[in-house]
Amino acid sequence: MKFHAFNDQSGGTTRPSAGFDEMVRPDGSIRPAYQKLADWLSQQSRGLMAKKQEEAEAIFRRLGITFAVYGDSASNERLIPFDLIPRIISAKEWRFLERGIEQRVRALNAFLYDIYHRQEIIRAGRIPAELITNNEAFLPEMIGFDPPRKIYSHIIGTDIVRTGENDFFVLEDNLRIPSGVSYMLEDREAMMHLFPELFAAHRVAPVERYPELLRQTLESVAPAGCKGDPTIAVLTPGIYNSAFFEHSFLADQMGVELVQGSDLFVEDGALYMRTIAGKEKVDVLYRRVDDAYLDPLTFRPDSSLGVPGLFDLYRAGHVTIVNAPGTGIADDKAVYAYVPDITEFYTGQKPILQNVPTWRCAIKDECAHVVQNLDTLVVKEVHGSGGYGMLIGPHATKAERASFAKKIAAKPSNYIAQPTLSLSTCPSNVGKGPSPRHVDLRPFVLVGDRVRITPGGLTRVALKKGSLVVNSSQGGGTKDTWVLED
Amino acid sequence: MLGRTAASLFWMSRYIERAENIARLTEVGYRIALTPDIGSGHREDWQSTLIAAAGLNTYLERHSAITPEKVQHFLLFDRDNPSSVRSCLETARNNARAVRTALTREMWEALNSTYIDFTAVKASDLRSGKLPEFLDWVRQRSALFRGSMLGTLLRDEGFHFGQLGAFIERVDNTARILDVKYYVLLPTNESVGGDLDAFQWETILRSVSAHRSYRHVYKDRYRPWNIAEFLILRQEMPRSFRFCYGWIERSLEGLLEILGQSPQSRHDALAILSDLKSASMDEIFQSGLHEFLSNFIKRNNDLSSRIAHDFHFL
Amino acid sequence: MLISIHHRTSYRYDRPFNHAIQALRLTPPTDESQIIRSWSITCPGIEYAAEYQDAFGNVVHLVTPPGETDGLEIEASGVIETNDRAGVIGSTHKIVPPAIFLRPTAKTIESPAIAALALQCCRATRLDTLHALLSSIHETVTYDTDATHALTTAAEAFRAKRGVCQDHAHIFIAAAHVLGIPARYVTGYLLIEGDTAAFAHHAWAEAYTDDLGWIGFDAANGVCPTNHYARLAIGFDAPTAAPVRGTMRGAGSEDLSVEVVVRAGDQ
Repeated sequence: MKFHAFNDQSGGTTRPSAGFDEMVRPDGSIRPAYQKLADWLSQQSRGLMAKKQEEAEAIFRRLGITFAVYGDSASNERLIPFDLIPRIISAKEWRFLERGIEQRVRALNAFLYDIYHRQEIIRAGRIPAELITNNEAFLPEMIGFDPPRKIYSHIIGTDIVRTGENDFFVLEDNLRIPSGVSYMLEDREAMMHLFPELFAAHRVAPVERYPELLRQTLESVAPAGCKGDPTIAVLTPGIYNSAFFEHSFLADQMGVELVQGSDLFVEDGALYMRTIAGKEKVDVLYRRVDDAYLDPLTFRPDSSLGVPGLFDLYRAGHVTIVNAPGTGIADDKAVYAYVPDITEFYTGQKPILQNVPTWRCAIKDECAHVVQNLDTLVVKEVHGSGGYGMLIGPHATKAERASFAKKIAAKPSNYIAQPTLSLSTCPSNVGKGPSPRHVDLRPFVLVGDRVRITPGGLTRVALKKGSLVVNSSQGGGTKDTWVLED
Repeated sequence: MLGRTAASLFWMSRYIERAENIARLTEVGYRIALTPDIGSGHREDWQSTLIAAAGLNTYLERHSAITPEKVQHFLLFDRDNPSSVRSCLETARNNARAVRTALTREMWEALNSTYIDFTAVKASDLRSGKLPEFLDWVRQRSALFRGSMLGTLLRDEGFHFGQLGAFIERVDNTARILDVKYYVLLPTNESVGGDLDAFQWETILRSVSAHRSYRHVYKDRYRPWNIAEFLILRQEMPRSFRFCYGWIERSLEGLLEILGQSPQSRHDALAILSDLKSASMDEIFQSGLHEFLSNFIKRNNDLSSRIAHDFHFL
Repeated sequence: MLISIHHRTSYRYDRPFNHAIQALRLTPPTDESQIIRSWSITCPGIEYAAEYQDAFGNVVHLVTPPGETDGLEIEASGVIETNDRAGVIGSTHKIVPPAIFLRPTAKTIESPAIAALALQCCRATRLDTLHALLSSIHETVTYDTDATHALTTAAEAFRAKRGVCQDHAHIFIAAAHVLGIPARYVTGYLLIEGDTAAFAHHAWAEAYTDDLGWIGFDAANGVCPTNHYARLAIGFDAPTAAPVRGTMRGAGSEDLSVEVVVRAGDQ
């Protein structure tokens, strides 16, 4: 089953080295945050864990996640396997991540404002002009527009990997329409049902306020002219979209309408939805439809998923679109390499979170390095996603590498390269009992009147032994993420 | 509530009701095929079934001959037939998915598992007399869905739209069954009253699961006059015009209470209901049973469109 | 000089429908080449229009005519004072990086033939190059109202060597892009004494040079705009600069007619 919108970023290679173990130190002792969990794990029988695994399935079924399943065939399976053993992040580690993420999302929103206005960062010579103006992800229609509170990306899923005690890297910023938050919420729900005593033994920071915080965030960016409580709606492409479950879930949890393009229309300078009692004005639209499909009058004329005139209303300040169109320029892979500079430029501080070292083939010397080291690098297409157009050096054959080198030579600016990272591991419940598996982390960030980061996020785990691929399409699962409070 | 949400609830209910009705019609057809051929022959009975299921034209576009196997397949499994049980369940489920959060878990599971189990069944599994059991199962699943709805759904707008869909579909089905066989119910036939007629009368009653309840109400042998009255005017008969319109009117009344506005559809429904209340079988037979039924089917269809318009179904 | 303008756009639909929606770029800018003395738009629903300035500085009115309609009349009229700057507009709306106007659209994407023509026009300065392009396109592409239609691309029109002002402008933009010169599309009005119809509703191109900013080039007439030209809206190409851009939901076909009268003076 495929998990939409997540893309295949995590290198995707197996390496001999085991990676940083988040529970067990190299000397075999247990790290403090994991002590209670380790003790508990040692007391659980394999039979009990198997029984709990079955119960978990029943819970997901009851929560309704099953209805996201496609097609005609067996439908009582969950989209992504669920790993019973929680991942634990200490209060100290989380404070560090939280600070780093907040710094980064603030800087990226400031960057978006700047490049759609005076482009000071280009004038200052910190990034090349072509990086922006020639970039398809830069949306000229957004130039000169001030979105409410000058925020472009309100809902963000920052992908983070860990390689050592203090080594956290941001792999991707996901500023367009990140998904997966429903899994975070349902995983928590399941763990509280399955292991109440284990849960109670830890002081776990809550995640269940996310829908409420999302609602507050959306309300806080209502158009200036909006009187009274703003009306919010979630715009979905419809039931055939792979993330439809999440759209429906979030609308329900926030207590707002889940709309499709055909439910909406523009009249007399306002956006309305068709209700059984007539029309109702919409002030804030949390859209889960891509930019190109939002408004056939301004963007793709063949789109039936959007609303004609929506973008004009947005620019006139009569409705807020969340996230703003054109945020893709800030999570573009070519721009990614500049995020440390971007962070410094807008915050005046050194970046707290590191980038994965990235070689830009657009730059001659860096390109030469990439071509010489193809056997150790992961090469990605700048505009690709979902693992398409990617070369995983250590796994590729000689011929594959040679042919990829030709592709790079033909259009260097289309490629970047990164080292294959050895992701950290956490204990996972895999048949024979707990065993370390590689993980990454997607914390969910909300940016409105203030920045709200839900403690933890979605941990994805590569359930196959030795695999670094956390994608659900290739044997990846999810697990609950416990951020401990002091 | 969005107009589209209301539409989805309405159509979800309609299609589940339709799945049940088609299953019942198929069962009656199957039963006829088991009985010795009396006079007119079975081919005509399957044809009547197709007409009652509003699928004769679609069927004839695809098949040159009416054979029991082909008709059964057409009514149960054919994806190209929008009213096959399979298509009905699929349409109902898609509508339900779109408004999942407006349903209770019980409703969703009843519908979802029915659909999943149904798709696992192949036509070939139903040979060697397994068909009645299967059709029984379809009807039970429909009842499970309705039971879940009645037992768990909040009595809000959504409930009323669900009720409207179910009863508009149900009364349409009853009217069609009567209209296909109206000629055997004409009073002039009563004197004849041969085996063939008795058989036809029973078929009509079975098509609406009323062959036993008829006896409780009329304590008499099957008489066409009574049968027609039972299916049209008796308010205790849960598939009669009168009964269904009682619920349609009540649902529109419920919507009026919630929305505070009285739409045209409510006036139309009230008019139909008051016509049914004041009607007598004498008058209906006087002015022509067939005409009465055709007119009723049209008024019911118009009401359905009127509801879609009044509540902004899209 | 003073130019008075009456610009009427009428739509006729083959059947009535609800929720017509039109984005109007029908408000001329005040810039270094012109001052707007008076201007007004009449259109059903204009009083409730959402109004804003788009990315290129055009003022947009989004109108939704009320109720069910089988046609629509949009009228814009007013008086504009123009001055002759030999086409030099300067740096209007400073926020838009000129390099954005190097982006091709479906209408302005180059063809090998356009590229060849562009390369032949290379001169010592960008300004000379642009003038060479202007005369070259004017000479190569014959004015012909029957050869092309609203959806014709630069490449198609250039292959036919025929077209109207829209085609000349698209070809000019495509050729400028070949040479790395930002170029954009302008719609506006042209006053021709004694002839009101043919060119009244006009379009041309503007190209960017570092020292002079934006400069107009009217390849259909082979000249740079004078004080007989009034600018209305800019964009990447004809569709993005269209004075009226609309959509109808699920309706049938429509008939569009545009009538523009341009006169000298303020009557």
